[in-house]
Amino acid sequence: MIPAAFDYVRAGSAAEAISLIGQHGSDAKFIAGGHSLLPMMKLRLAQPAVLVDISRISDLSYIKDAGDHIAIGAMTRHMEVEKSSVLAQHVPLLAHAAGHVGDPQVRHRGTIGGSIAHADPASDLPATTLALGATYVVQGPNGTREIAASDFYKSFLESDLAEDEMLTEIRVPKMNGAGWSFQKFNRRAQDWAIVGVAAWRGANGSGVGLVNMGQTPILASSVSAALAGGSSIADAAALAVADAQPSADNNATVEYRTHLAKVLVRRALEQASA
Amino acid sequence: MEIQVTVNGKKFTSDVEPRTLLVHYVREVLNLTGTNVGCDTSSCGACSLHLDGEAVKSCTVLAVQADGANITTIEGMAAADGTLHPMQQSFMENHGLQCGFCTPGMVMAATSLLKENPNPTEDEVRIGLEGNLCRCTGYHNIVKAVLAAAGK
Repeated sequence: MIPAAFDYVRAGSAAEAISLIGQHGSDAKFIAGGHSLLPMMKLRLAQPAVLVDISRISDLSYIKDAGDHIAIGAMTRHMEVEKSSVLAQHVPLLAHAAGHVGDPQVRHRGTIGGSIAHADPASDLPATTLALGATYVVQGPNGTREIAASDFYKSFLESDLAEDEMLTEIRVPKMNGAGWSFQKFNRRAQDWAIVGVAAWRGANGSGVGLVNMGQTPILASSVSAALAGGSSIADAAALAVADAQPSADNNATVEYRTHLAKVLVRRALEQASA
Repeated sequence: MEIQVTVNGKKFTSDVEPRTLLVHYVREVLNLTGTNVGCDTSSCGACSLHLDGEAVKSCTVLAVQADGANITTIEGMAAADGTLHPMQQSFMENHGLQCGFCTPGMVMAATSLLKENPNPTEDEVRIGLEGNLCRCTGYHNIVKAVLAAAGK
């Protein structure tokens, strides 16, 4: 399978990338690692007229300790997130989840920014950063703005990013020793989760993100509220789908997804609380 | 668009369409047909090669994205005198191949794995090769071959 023809331009900086996407209008798309976009282009589910390659913007590839949070450049590859000693110390849930994206070859190419900007509810990192209360920094022609992960995801593969805006940084609060768990249920190695759960629980509360349980990654706020109110793990996990809108596909019915979410949230909370 | 790449130690300059996939560039322009196209959907790993020292699935990389890169394909693994790479030798000695279709990708993925984790456990080998499918289901001897190569 070969993508439909397109023009290719390469950006050396975020400002240049935004200028290029502005010049080429709504038929242009950013490409980073290309591991979400290229498969869609090969299937002709996407046919951009112009690709603006942002993967070589080297000053957007970093993982920095920024005091109360870790700042991650959008072009940082999954393998670098997975292997980062800074993240292992301060946000181990994110490093662990990054190690479950695709397979090693995919993680050598795919970027955290690309995964989040793609806004796939079945992807691991959107739901994980949502659970962790991350903030996304985006740059546009008129400067930068910060978007809370909880305000970012709008619909299936749709985010708050405007066409001429680019995700540049992911800010993830330090976990400060909170317990955590990542549960990914799938039938085949390397596959997307049928249902996934990213959860943490600490002195400041808890966060539970659900993978593939709706049109967007889902923050299971009802579960955290129940825990804060003194509910048992079992009672809180029973609310796993209160904020979700699971749909059926070849892998699972709505009933099966609902069952999986409750079981996986309970397991995740047990592990995070141990 | 003109690209310059180094493949198996040799420099090439080529004019490619932006939509040319790296696997098609390697197979059809450079005539290095050891890299196979299996699923063509970044699932099976048959098209794995090394891009700047790391295994990638070349069906999901544009040739223009590889501009300036150092690429190694299965043809570049053996020494100039034909001596097999230790991983290739180990696949041979451990019967790590049946039909052979997945083998180039397996060898490229396995060498990349050992570069990142020189002393893997059996579980780590199995998980590390999760991006490569063997439709003969010959995984047992593939894992044996990789573990044996790690011991060399």
